[in-house]
Amino acid sequence: MRRDLLFYGIFGILGLIFLGRLFSIQVLDPTYKLSAENNAKREVKIYPPRGYIYDRNGELLVANQVGYDVMVIPRQVEPFDTALLCRLLDVDTTYVNDRIQRAIRYSRYQPSIFFGMMSDERYARIQEELYKFPGFYTQKRLLRDYPISGAANVVGFIGEVNERFIRENPGYSMGDLTGKAGIDKSYEDVLRGKAGRRFLLVDNHNREVGRFMNGMYDTVPVPGKDVTSTIDIDLQLLGETLMAGKRGSVVAIEPSSGEILALVSAPTYDPNLLVGRKRSRNYTNLFHDSINKPLYDRGLLAEYPPGSPFKVIQALVGLQEGTLTERTTYTCHGGFHYGRLHVGCHCGGGTMALRKSISKSCNNYYCNVFKRIIENYPDAHQGMNAWNEHVRSFGLGQFLNNDLPTGKRGFVPNADYYDRAFGYTGWKAVSTISLSIGQGEMIVTPIQLANMTAAIANRGHYFTPHIVKAIEDEPIDDPHYTEPKYTTVDSVHFATVIDGMFDVFESGTARASRLSSIEMCGKTGTAENPHGQDHSIFIAFAPRENPQIAIAVIIENGYWGSRWAAPIASLMIEDYINGEITREALYNRMVEGSLEEEYRRQYIEIFGNDSLFVAP
Amino acid sequence: MRGSRGRRGNVLSRLDPWTFALYAVLVLLGWMNIYAAVYSEEHKSIFDMSQQYGKQLMWIITSAVLILAILLSDARLYQTVAYPTYVVTILLLVLTLIIGKEIGGNKSWIQLGSFSLQPSEFAKFGTALAMARYMSMLNVDISKWKFRFWPLVLMGIPMILILLQPDAGSALVYLSFFLVFYREGLPGMYLFIALLAAVTAIMALIYPPVYVVGVVGILALLIVFFLRKSRKAVWTTLLLALFSGAMAFGTNAIFNKVLQPHQQSRINVLLGIQDDPMGVGYHTTQSLIAIGSGGFSGKGFLEGTQTKLNYVPEQSTDYIFCTVGEEWGFVGSSITILLFIALMARLVFLAERQKSKFSRIYGYSVVSIIFLHFAVNIAMTVGLAPVIGIPLPFFSYGGSSLWGFTVLLFIFLRLDANRWEEL
Repeated sequence: MRRDLLFYGIFGILGLIFLGRLFSIQVLDPTYKLSAENNAKREVKIYPPRGYIYDRNGELLVANQVGYDVMVIPRQVEPFDTALLCRLLDVDTTYVNDRIQRAIRYSRYQPSIFFGMMSDERYARIQEELYKFPGFYTQKRLLRDYPISGAANVVGFIGEVNERFIRENPGYSMGDLTGKAGIDKSYEDVLRGKAGRRFLLVDNHNREVGRFMNGMYDTVPVPGKDVTSTIDIDLQLLGETLMAGKRGSVVAIEPSSGEILALVSAPTYDPNLLVGRKRSRNYTNLFHDSINKPLYDRGLLAEYPPGSPFKVIQALVGLQEGTLTERTTYTCHGGFHYGRLHVGCHCGGGTMALRKSISKSCNNYYCNVFKRIIENYPDAHQGMNAWNEHVRSFGLGQFLNNDLPTGKRGFVPNADYYDRAFGYTGWKAVSTISLSIGQGEMIVTPIQLANMTAAIANRGHYFTPHIVKAIEDEPIDDPHYTEPKYTTVDSVHFATVIDGMFDVFESGTARASRLSSIEMCGKTGTAENPHGQDHSIFIAFAPRENPQIAIAVIIENGYWGSRWAAPIASLMIEDYINGEITREALYNRMVEGSLEEEYRRQYIEIFGNDSLFVAP
Repeated sequence: MRGSRGRRGNVLSRLDPWTFALYAVLVLLGWMNIYAAVYSEEHKSIFDMSQQYGKQLMWIITSAVLILAILLSDARLYQTVAYPTYVVTILLLVLTLIIGKEIGGNKSWIQLGSFSLQPSEFAKFGTALAMARYMSMLNVDISKWKFRFWPLVLMGIPMILILLQPDAGSALVYLSFFLVFYREGLPGMYLFIALLAAVTAIMALIYPPVYVVGVVGILALLIVFFLRKSRKAVWTTLLLALFSGAMAFGTNAIFNKVLQPHQQSRINVLLGIQDDPMGVGYHTTQSLIAIGSGGFSGKGFLEGTQTKLNYVPEQSTDYIFCTVGEEWGFVGSSITILLFIALMARLVFLAERQKSKFSRIYGYSVVSIIFLHFAVNIAMTVGLAPVIGIPLPFFSYGGSSLWGFTVLLFIFLRLDANRWEEL
């Protein structure tokens, strides 16, 4: 046998084996093509500038600034000098391990933030050394910048998305930022824009060597849109200043549009605390401040009994139901007495009609008004539900469903509620008599109270309060905000009630806050509450005709409405309408006035000492 | 005796055109792929002497000079200089161990100015010449034990010296002389036993040796049953079965007791027992990704990412075939494989037509050495063999390698030009 044949045979067999193998890995098996892309392609997200936020007069509230993140792609990480990395970033080994574990949990192939938002100086230092750490690279990102240290609760803040958020919002990936509160949250879709993508080629040492496919798949970022808020930043800042040392809220609305002019929550915080490297420590501090709760937007979330201002609604319901006329009189003998039931009154006593009952805030009068409303119906259930209907038409007891990211429903009781609460159905109007003076089971949020005031100012309708008036200079056109919502009380019934509210300043409970240059209408409130001293409450609008501003002020545990809330409301109105404050002494008294002692007293009552108390 | 004057024309016209054409095509394809493998935007010129492709061009040109010198020399010269050449190349190997430059743990290079020489590349043609010289002596018959001693010594000395560098891949190449021995009369049984040993050893690494022995035993009993008439066949079969069993247990014992953990891992990865893409299997994984991503028709010249971006290690030398696979796809790699097979087949054909035994043995040495390089290199690149670093002949970057293979091949072509002569 010719021995050379074996050679030809071996060549042939080996050739077939090689061709078969090549066919299998090159033509049949697609996995290598994917691996090749993952090997060499790196996706870099190009964050677009987030939209700016302006106040209603074009003042810049929120802008952007540049920060840098160190990103990590776990699969590309090779053993590295942990000590050096710790030194560069000023972190410890635990941080490094923890962050890498978190990144791996998210994805081995996708970049995660390893060290977020570092300073320019650190960025410069790290850039030089980063080549020693394969799998790590830096990425520029945009941070928020707050030129004005105020309105923190209005503009909100942004933060890194977490794993759960990404699961629920597929458009986001690790390291993205999203609005977490305020306008930045509720207008996320508008402000965010659209991130661009750049695909880069990287070599085995993770160095960028060019564009993938010459940038064929790259996308350009679309900048976020600018948003114009309804807030008047000067008014907002004045409110924040006036609320120094107090807890509570000031909400001002433009009645003719429903635009929120000021949304003050006290205590508040400087929005710049939530930018940059110290963000997380500051956030933790703010988040855990359970005494002053600076992140808690009292204007939207805190629920209070409305107190005496609610008497205005009571009167309007009575007028609409026909159980009350402007000439109806009741005589007050220091309170409302019914059997063993007794509701005290500080009006000074005597016989009075509707207008005076408002300016003097007579409890007896409104107990009777309420009793007549309910008793006008065959049984208390029907009466209560009819009453409930009227009250709710002022926007109370329900979500406003507006463009603020948070809110509370408040509560306006109805017949079913009392059936459950009393455990029997035989209750009478007098059983729920606290409602007549805005106490009892009823609760409202400050923004609901302000909206209610706007409805009164408008003589029977309101526009859903909202915080944004234009997007990219394009006024909002959502009918939810631009079309009025009418109350069940006809506008003819408002005249006398508003006269009464006018008298509150002229001769009534808030006469100390009167201002001759503006015709103001208001109503004081002193709401009993289980926490401590009564809340000081005030609602007001001005001018009396064609009102420009409706306001609600609540000072927690401030006692009389006339003591804190009325002067603050009055100063706010003066500043908004006249553009200046003339009553310097009053202004100073408000700014310097602190309720720290009352809050400390409550704290000691609960915890026995004040070692951990923090003044507002 | 018909002298060269008996045939018309000079030596160039008697040069085998097919072999020369295949050689030239492979060298130029290699050059082009080296350019693609290490291509960078800053050094676009293929003639840039600071880059590997510029240097390779220089190696090609100097190779052309070597070719010319060989062709102009007398064919009878090589029989004369066979032993001296062998001695010189062996001395170079010894010198390498003494003054060699250590690169990556291997002492395989002698530094000459700005260039380095790899003497193990030259020892191949040295050994091939000496082997042909010895085996072509009239009385030598490799099928007899007493004539096997010197061939094994000639083969063993360079192997041992290269193993000392240590460069197991280059040493392995010398085993290709067994193919020459086979051609010259070594019983086919030896090749069969070697194959059997390899198969049982690999099986024993994948499966428990007991199973391997069981299967071998059953097969042996079946063969014995069918061939029971022939006493010799029965004994041979039983001996082979025993040998296989010993291989199976022996391999297992050596693997577990003798090999270092990293060597064990390399073998495990290859056999698919251990999946470890970022660890020891990195070379193979990256190589497969590069070739696999080429697809049917490839990404196109200079469009490969895996090789250019250094994901594939040694992309211009041992893994040059990755660039072919990535940029030219299945089509390009198949053509390359077929070119090599055509070259080797042509060389076998040429070797068989030699009148002189010396020329034939030398020819088979050339083909066997090229074959082993080709088989091991491609098998490694496509993940069918463990990572053994030897270059792809004519293709890979490197002066010593190109010179070595050129000299090796063209001495044979020079001999072939005088094939009708009894040298």
